[in-house]
Amino acid sequence: MIKVENLHKSFGKNEVLKGISTEIKEKEVIAIIGPSGSGKSTFLRCINLLEEPTNGVITIGKDVVTDKSTNIMKVRENVGMVFQHFHLFPHKTVLENITYAPRNVQGVSKTEAIAKAEELLRQVGLHEKRDDYPNRLSGGQKQRVAIARALAMNPSVMLFDEPTSALDPEMVKEVLAVMKSLADSGMTMIIVTHEMNFAREVADRILFLDGGQLVEDTPPAQFFKEPKSARAKEFLEKVL
Amino acid sequence: MLDFNAVVPSIPYILKGIGVTLQIVLGATIMGMVLGILLALCKIGKVTVLRIIADFYTSIFRGTPLVLQLMIIYYAIPQLFDINIDPMPAAILAFGLNSGAYISEIIRGGINAVDKGQQEASLALGIPYAKMMKDIILPQAMKNIMPALMNEFITLNKESAIVTVIGALDIMRRAYVVGGSNYHYLEALMIAGVIYYIMTLILTFLGKKLEKRMSRSD
Ligand SMILES: Nc1ncnc2c1ncn2[C@@H]1O[C@H](COP(=O)(O)OP(=O)(O)O)[C@@H](O)[C@H]1O
Ligand SMILES: [Mg+2]
Repeated sequence: MIKVENLHKSFGKNEVLKGISTEIKEKEVIAIIGPSGSGKSTFLRCINLLEEPTNGVITIGKDVVTDKSTNIMKVRENVGMVFQHFHLFPHKTVLENITYAPRNVQGVSKTEAIAKAEELLRQVGLHEKRDDYPNRLSGGQKQRVAIARALAMNPSVMLFDEPTSALDPEMVKEVLAVMKSLADSGMTMIIVTHEMNFAREVADRILFLDGGQLVEDTPPAQFFKEPKSARAKEFLEKVL
Repeated sequence: MLDFNAVVPSIPYILKGIGVTLQIVLGATIMGMVLGILLALCKIGKVTVLRIIADFYTSIFRGTPLVLQLMIIYYAIPQLFDINIDPMPAAILAFGLNSGAYISEIIRGGINAVDKGQQEASLALGIPYAKMMKDIILPQAMKNIMPALMNEFITLNKESAIVTVIGALDIMRRAYVVGGSNYHYLEALMIAGVIYYIMTLILTFLGKKLEKRMSRSD
């Protein structure tokens, strides 16, 4: 469903991604793991063109997103993204956060958008917060709203960039639980994470990035037991 | 030797200037806001030509005296275009163009101060640029810059007194006329001062209320 071929990305002279190729099938859950600065975020952001790749081809479904003639906005509607720092709209209520894009980008009617938002809020366990402003929510609640906001666009793939890294430990669980149930429901997901247990349990494949290269692409059972590369071994020794 | 009795009968005449002053200030503020937003969008946009024009515009209006701008507009328009312009529209135009420059800088700063993540989240949701600016970025920028905007508004209210040089009958001009008619300049000008001061207090109070209302989501 997503195909990345020879993806390069440089910021000025700094080459951050050095030719990454991989393919992600529908309903697959991918965990991206690697040291800080290895290019994980950049890789994720290239997929929905928040960063413009310097070189290479990315295809999502039938769309060649790196093709100049492709409508980037249309692609982005189809790719949900969840950020480390949530980025909820602070001047909009929880409900408005979730309904804004469906109504203003996809032209969904108000009633329909609200119905969908309420369903999603129930799904993430926050229906009673629908009329609150984000500042009234805890970090974990914010992130669950952010997930609902992304899901409201009916994306066919969800990208997560360290969704629990900014959370207090007691809130990590509630967010991971929502992500787990999303994975169980068959959503295609690409998750940059430092939650090794979560990656082991939920991911179908681990992509290990180091220095802008895709060093390993292994099922979690094998990756955590016996990584193929020395670099992954070294990394795991540090974090586990 | 203050003799306020001599000017008391003229107080209603001076007070009528409040309407004139407010008209100028409100007209100029609306124009300045619209212009300020447009200029700010040009300044943060990707189109180099627009950015240069907006920056140049700002530097001209900030780099020359307001009273000069006012007189140029009042006297140059009839001379160049052969149409008469009344003091009021000339004043609104001059103050509007001038405060547009200042407001654009305030707004630009406000936009830049909005967390970059807001733009990222908007882009990731496929929200088009214009809608993102109108519904996501500008409302947040406005909230942050409310104090600075109120300040600009209050400054404008006071500075508007210079329209007296082109003969618009605002508070200042009326006080001057009254003073001239009975040689009690000081009393008349003091009354004008009190009026400006009270207006400033009221505007400050209203500004604080508005700020409070806008910070509901904090
Ligand atoms: N917008 C940017 N401009 C310049 N350099 C950047 C930018 N974004 C990321 N980088 C650089 O790219 C490298 C990889 O960053 P990133 O993808 O965020 O890594 P990770 O998410 O794995 O920690 C870092 O060295 C970072 O400094
Ligand atoms: Mg990162």
